[in-house]
Amino acid sequence: MTDTRIDVSIEQKGPPASGEETRKHPNTCPSCGSHYRDDELDAQLGVCPQCGHHFPVGARERIEQLADPATFAEEESGLRSSDPLGFFDLRPYTERLAEAELKTGEGDAIVVGRAHIAGVSCQLAVMDFGFMGGSMGSVVGEKFARACDAAAERGLPLVSVTSSGGARMQEGILSLMQLPKTVCAVEDLHDARCALINVFAHPTTAGVLASFASLGDITVAEPGALISFTGPRVVQQTTREKLPDDFGLAESNLRFGHLDAIVPRSGLRTYLARVLRLFANGG
Amino acid sequence: MAGEAERRLRDRLARLKNVPLLGGTRLDAEAKRLEKQLADLEAQPSDDEIWRSVELARHSERPYTLDYVSRMLDDWVELHGDRGRADDGAMVAGLGSLDGRTVVLVGMQKGRDIQERTKRQFGMPYPEGYRKAMRAMELADRHGFPVVSLVDTPGAYPGVAAEQHGQGGAIAASQSLMARLEVPIVACVIGEGGSGGAIAIALADRVLMQENAIYSVISPEGCAAILWRDAGEARKAAAAFKPDAAHCLELGVVDGIVPEPAGGAQNDWKEAARLLKQSLLDALNDVAGLPGDELVRRRREKFRSMGVFA
Repeated sequence: MTDTRIDVSIEQKGPPASGEETRKHPNTCPSCGSHYRDDELDAQLGVCPQCGHHFPVGARERIEQLADPATFAEEESGLRSSDPLGFFDLRPYTERLAEAELKTGEGDAIVVGRAHIAGVSCQLAVMDFGFMGGSMGSVVGEKFARACDAAAERGLPLVSVTSSGGARMQEGILSLMQLPKTVCAVEDLHDARCALINVFAHPTTAGVLASFASLGDITVAEPGALISFTGPRVVQQTTREKLPDDFGLAESNLRFGHLDAIVPRSGLRTYLARVLRLFANGG
Repeated sequence: MAGEAERRLRDRLARLKNVPLLGGTRLDAEAKRLEKQLADLEAQPSDDEIWRSVELARHSERPYTLDYVSRMLDDWVELHGDRGRADDGAMVAGLGSLDGRTVVLVGMQKGRDIQERTKRQFGMPYPEGYRKAMRAMELADRHGFPVVSLVDTPGAYPGVAAEQHGQGGAIAASQSLMARLEVPIVACVIGEGGSGGAIAIALADRVLMQENAIYSVISPEGCAAILWRDAGEARKAAAAFKPDAAHCLELGVVDGIVPEPAGGAQNDWKEAARLLKQSLLDALNDVAGLPGDELVRRRREKFRSMGVFA
């Protein structure tokens, strides 16, 4: 026996532990460290009662928070991404899609349908950041566009809640084309004299911010949401600029004139209802 | 050399075929899908050809917007400023005469030497740049001039001030304006068509691409850094998301490819300009005579049909 050491190097291979892997439990507040049971957090709409931090919420949960009970009728739920480029990076795109569907229970990163908010009828389009970072590929673009059409046809306002890392790289240039596509859909919606009310949830960045999300008649954000075309890390790395502490946050966006209001989640439903009523009673 | 993509496809196909016990319909479909992808791969530009496009699109001797302007237009009056805040050097806009008719031309401008590059921000516009282009396009709409848009940018400028001035909103607003213009719009990607920064001025009736231009949702380096966690894998990333003109044409993202002189536009600017001018005129003639509302309807329909899903 010349060498009795056991080779353990294999256990250390792969990317170094990133922030994501070392992050605390999802129910632990990243801002103040308070920890909650699921039911406690649900009862607070996913907002930390100690410090007001807004935890991320999935599309279903968001719809539950906003829509009147049992009024949401989902539409276009059958659309699925195909893999136009046969894309694979470290793993095939199809595998990532299947995994995201298993994880979130959604067919893609947006859920659309018709609902009532405090008795006012509207069309809803809500993004789910849990599905591949809320990225916008062909399906997200198509579902959003169809939501615009449905709203226009029914003469209803469209309420959209965005939460997205941007265009879906795995669909290449076709994902970039979802920007002009959703922009054209909003133009058609506006031509039909229907309102678009957009809520920026954390984070709304890149392709989604640079298309339909920025075209709302009324645009509000949740407190602390990151709203930037280029994310802070990329800005830092490319320009070596010193970033302000509130870079890209909702508060900074409000100060620079890019938002109508910052609305805490507890007041979002009431705020939307007021705005929807004003639109419904005019024109 | 077989591309990485092709090698991996072949590997997976070989593995699938060696599992006879699992030969159910699902596996069969998977094998068929892989075979089809392989056949597609063989008919398309190779990974090396795609990378060559990336290099040529960024070639330091490649003609830029103003190089084409001086060779294609008989007259040119450059307009400056967004009428709000600044005059962005990364975006040029102006009135010119193309084959005897007045057009508004907008486009990104890169610099040749270090001073000009800094002044032009390497062709990466601030929101002010997009607002300058919008102002010029509004002028075109008012007076019935066609719009020619030349796209050549690594992307919109990624800086603190750009964010504070509303980069995302400006890109959205520019597209929204183009979706309403009642005059013909022809765009051509003449170098790098980098992501949102490019599409901001590319919502056109006819979108062209030069033979060696690239058009993509993210830079190869950016994609590699995110998906491969290594910016050095840019070649692999480019091969995976296929930013070359042939693929963009196949996906229906562009309407035509503008030929370049042998070896690339950098070899003969005059000839490159002649070929580009010809293609722009053809594209403008193609949509000439359509009433404004019909142009808008067809333009929106064109972009609204983009995407592949099941």
